[in-house]
Amino acid sequence: MDKRLLLGDEAIALGALHSGLSGVYAYPGTPSTEITEFIQNATGYGRETYIICDHELKANGDIHSRWCSNEKTAMEAGLGMSYAGKRALVCMKHVGMNVCADPFVNSAITGVNGGLVILAADDPSMHSSQDEQDSRFYAKFAMIPVFEPSSQQEAYDMMADAYSLSESLRLPVMMRVVTRLAHSRANVEVKSEARAENQLNPDSGRHWVLLPAIARKNYLELIDKQNDMKATAASSRYNKLTTIGTPSGRLGVIACGIGFNYVMESEAEGIEVLKVSQYPLPEQQIKELASRVDKILIVEDGQPVVEELVHGMLGADYQIEGRLTGALPRTGELNPDSVALALNSLLGNTTATTDFPVANSPINVVGRPPALCQGCGHRDVYAAIRELIDEIPSARVFGDIGCYTLGALPPFQAITSCVDMGASITMAKGASDAGIWPAIAVIGDSTFTHSGMTGLLDAINDRANITVIISDNLTTGMTGGQDSQGTNRFEQICLGLGVEPEHLHVVVPLPKNMDEIRKVLRDEINYKGVSVIIPRRECIQTHARKLRQAKK
Amino acid sequence: MKTDIILAGVGGQGILSIATIIGEAATKAGLNLKQAEVHGMSQRGGDVQSNLRLSDQTIYSDLIPRGKADLIIAMEPMEALRYVPFLSKDGTIVTSSKPFINIPNYPDETAICAELDALPNKVVRLDIEEMAKEIKTPKSANVILLGMAAPFLGCLSTEELRSAIGRVFAAKGDAIVQANYTAFDAGLTQAQQ
Ligand SMILES: Cc1ncc(C[n+]2csc(CCOP(=O)(O)OP(=O)(O)O)c2C)c(N)n1
Ligand code: SF4
Repeated sequence: MDKRLLLGDEAIALGALHSGLSGVYAYPGTPSTEITEFIQNATGYGRETYIICDHELKANGDIHSRWCSNEKTAMEAGLGMSYAGKRALVCMKHVGMNVCADPFVNSAITGVNGGLVILAADDPSMHSSQDEQDSRFYAKFAMIPVFEPSSQQEAYDMMADAYSLSESLRLPVMMRVVTRLAHSRANVEVKSEARAENQLNPDSGRHWVLLPAIARKNYLELIDKQNDMKATAASSRYNKLTTIGTPSGRLGVIACGIGFNYVMESEAEGIEVLKVSQYPLPEQQIKELASRVDKILIVEDGQPVVEELVHGMLGADYQIEGRLTGALPRTGELNPDSVALALNSLLGNTTATTDFPVANSPINVVGRPPALCQGCGHRDVYAAIRELIDEIPSARVFGDIGCYTLGALPPFQAITSCVDMGASITMAKGASDAGIWPAIAVIGDSTFTHSGMTGLLDAINDRANITVIISDNLTTGMTGGQDSQGTNRFEQICLGLGVEPEHLHVVVPLPKNMDEIRKVLRDEINYKGVSVIIPRRECIQTHARKLRQAKK
Repeated sequence: MKTDIILAGVGGQGILSIATIIGEAATKAGLNLKQAEVHGMSQRGGDVQSNLRLSDQTIYSDLIPRGKADLIIAMEPMEALRYVPFLSKDGTIVTSSKPFINIPNYPDETAICAELDALPNKVVRLDIEEMAKEIKTPKSANVILLGMAAPFLGCLSTEELRSAIGRVFAAKGDAIVQANYTAFDAGLTQAQQ
């Protein structure tokens, strides 16, 4: 055993490597990105020679870790590796689950061969996201087991259990974490050796062909497996009953994932706490707890998934408190203060108010929103677009997700929408169909290959009157500068999809080229069809990082 | 024995390297540690903060409760002020006095200092960039700040921190290690004055 100081994400990555992983498939997304990056670094991916950091694992350097174009391609590739008999990890941020929902849900119907773990990193409070959806809903929908660690140590340990469970149930298993765990560091005891990878062993079963007759049979088997899943969760070492002080019978707590930590941090006395870190919910333990206490508080970081389920288990008459009743805030991540407040008020401890010994709210403090870096090429693009909007107020600019979303804030205030990866092109098309002119889409290079290409094909087939700006900074900037999947091929991709060569332009976004950029933009909004403008200049952060690496 | 620290600054100012040094010292000392970091969107020039908790007991929460932080270490005075609700009655603030102004509505600088000084807590502030230039360690302003914070770190001695600096920067060569020792010592002297 070694002790290592690891981020939750790194503990997961190392846990996977030590479980005999053969490949990670992922698209970057906060707070999941560091998992794949850790595996890339540990296995020497991208270096000229494979130097394996052998304190990480005694594995070979051919563990797959190259970034995928999006979460759906990642999920399918992971399933393919599992079909071949090897262990795969698929990582994403919560909204990535929406993108890969089709293969994800159906992977529970096909079942797996080599262990398959899907890691979903949720972002309650939307630190870097457009919503705070809870991935546990997806796992319940697909009817598969979930692990939800309460600590970095558990995150590491659980990976081994998740792979074993996946291979014994022959089902994909979800590992769900939240930002606070993913991006928090702690000491973790780790093994000094990795389990061997699985041998190539393609599955010969017919269950991979989801024709209706086969799928119906598979689905019944999946339903049959629910009892095994429940039994495993009920006896899981991660689900356990703890007491704080001598239980008074007044209050029981069901604490999921890191919610458990906030309960333990509070100084609430006399409560029984059922820690839940593996699903499906341990129904028997919950019913027993309910019979011993007057009411139950559900502490879960995310949406009230468990709260709703426990209502179903205990009936309408039983008092259940949580996010739905207002005992805890309905939205946002939990913290030690909100949990302590809920516990104390349910216990009637009016004296135990959280005190703010120094000051409640300082006066001379204002928000400091993030901004595009000084010198970023997106700035020059938005400077030109802003001018155009000022001149033609009917112009609408449909944005997308990435650093360039910051074009919504002052000084540019240049975009009308930002919804999901790829939506800029398709929303501009729909708006143009409805009569908006000029309809402009702004999309980043990585977002374009993630989900923009198919929308562009629709627009071309429909001869939509839109102008698409692919702001190409040769990297995936927002998430820290990962390789972008279409670099050096955007003109070819656009031409291949059917953009007319006369309406495809590449410009260099620099203040000195502003006249040219202005002119191209004006000309192209006046063309009745699809035009694509590619402002291309490397992200200055990625550029600086490459220089630093070259120096080493 | 526990020490709860909030590190605050603006994305890109290098608060995480302060955390790395404290983390290294704590690990060596066999302490438990939890360190919640900020990655992602706000790193683009927004406000960033890290909760660093050290203890010889089990640490549960990654986040420090309000009113419980022993120390705020800030690279920027308004960012120090932002986390005052988390500070305990006898907690200390160690901050750079030089504003980082990247927003149009940055409050009045003297008002920020006055508000800090009016707190019942001990406040140590210094223009660390100026000092870094003076002692010719221009890249080590954050280590000066760490030196200023060292006497208030509770769980860790200044010697433990100093030797952690040596280990953290060892890979970068002796000149860089020495520069960081100089910076740390300068900060420490400042705090002891
Ligand atoms: C489905 C989904 N996956 C991942 C993300 C995380 N994410 C947001 S922006 C972004 C990268 C954008 O890169 P690019 O389009 O090249 O723009 P840049 O940030 O470089 O300007 C990623 C990976 C997300 N928001 N949604
Ligand atoms: S990280 Fe790169 S793409 Fe993002 S704002 Fe900075 S320079 Fe622009």
